[in-house]
Amino acid sequence: MHEMSLAEGVLQLVEDTARRESASRVKLVVLEIGRLSSVEPEAIKFCFEAVTHGSIAQGAALEIIAVPGAGWCMQCAETVPMTELYGACPTCGSHQVQPTGGTEMRVKEIEIE
Amino acid sequence: MCTVCGCGVGEAKIEGGAHEHTHVHEDGTVHTHTHEHGHDHDHGHEDAPLGVHSHTHHHSDGSEHSHAHVHDGEHAHQHGEEHHHHEHGVAGDLDYGTGPARAHVPGMSQARMVQIEQDILSKNNTYAAANRAAFDDRGIFALNLVSSPGSGKTTLLVKTIELLKDKVAISVVEGDQQTSNDAERIRATGVPALQINTGKGCHLDGHMVGHAMQRLQPADESLFLIENVGNLVCPAAFDLGEHHKVAILSVTEGEDKPLKYPDMFAAADVMLLNKCDLLPYLEFDADLAEANARRVNPHLTIFRVSATSGDGLSAWLDWIQSGLEAQRAKRSESVDALKRRVAELERQLAAK
Repeated sequence: MHEMSLAEGVLQLVEDTARRESASRVKLVVLEIGRLSSVEPEAIKFCFEAVTHGSIAQGAALEIIAVPGAGWCMQCAETVPMTELYGACPTCGSHQVQPTGGTEMRVKEIEIE
Repeated sequence: MCTVCGCGVGEAKIEGGAHEHTHVHEDGTVHTHTHEHGHDHDHGHEDAPLGVHSHTHHHSDGSEHSHAHVHDGEHAHQHGEEHHHHEHGVAGDLDYGTGPARAHVPGMSQARMVQIEQDILSKNNTYAAANRAAFDDRGIFALNLVSSPGSGKTTLLVKTIELLKDKVAISVVEGDQQTSNDAERIRATGVPALQINTGKGCHLDGHMVGHAMQRLQPADESLFLIENVGNLVCPAAFDLGEHHKVAILSVTEGEDKPLKYPDMFAAADVMLLNKCDLLPYLEFDADLAEANARRVNPHLTIFRVSATSGDGLSAWLDWIQSGLEAQRAKRSESVDALKRRVAELERQLAAK
């Protein structure tokens, strides 16, 4: 969803940091995108290239670290892997699973010069 | 702004969106200019010596102007609220010693990694938090109404306003890609409404709502209603500073919509099942729709209503009233706490 505005959010954080660090060029941007975050890595790559055009981050490589989904199942009382948000627990099939990991969308770090 | 719905960027426009701001320079000169709001307005201070800086304004009509000026941090922008669009660097110094070796060697690459560790939506969340604080300070109850296009949001709003406007002050923000039709429908009820056209954007964001709040100047202890762009996807992720998201599902849609668009129903606290007067003519299983919604969000409060016939609206209105009362109570509590603090300080002062 809305990968274009997310890509702009990324660019804003990158530009702020690059400016603060007096960088002349951004070479690499590293994102952490959770598997449960409803963000398509392919779509964000496409949008990132579009929004960085003409900016300090033009031509920068984009690395996406996928964070696996995890949730706390109320029935099993343990952390279970999750592949979709609001999905069922893989062990007991219950839908009472609270996501605990894999919902993040963060700019982790950038490489500048 | 999605690849999904093909919408883009930079066309957001708040009704009557020109705004004016004033720069005060160190030498005492003041200049004021007016411009439309869709612009870029960033400038760095780091790489310019001794506070001289230049910046460029990109106006929504495509024109640009640059100017350089000297100042020592006096930089008043009258946006009416505290936030402004300028990012000031730490200092005006030139620093070449920030490379990996903390030294500058000509010709040597200064490539280095910088940790950011920030949420992509952090900018929006900051604006939203400021909005929420402003609502709470003034005891305002704010709702963000979300749904797909055609679920009857505006009709429901009009009806709600008609039934409540004698009891509480109401202001409304209307989000749509184009036209101000909805704001006009709301204004016809006699309450102030502001249209935000998001252009190619598919959702309202915290920044837009902050500006709308300044424009509307909602009364203390009033009801602030935000009708988001008709879209069940993107508005789920963008906090506007509201107290609750209210999702509206109409019985002319599918019962499985909460399963197809789970983010929205999970983000909402209340769901209104609208157009219930049509149930006898449809093969819509209202119980199944409610069960589906509760599957993605077990805590959802659900009201079955019909904006046209008025059925079921009293429960919804009661819910709004209790939200308003909670906001008022919270405000008077903090006012009372401040009064007690003032009294205590006065007592201490008198004792000295």
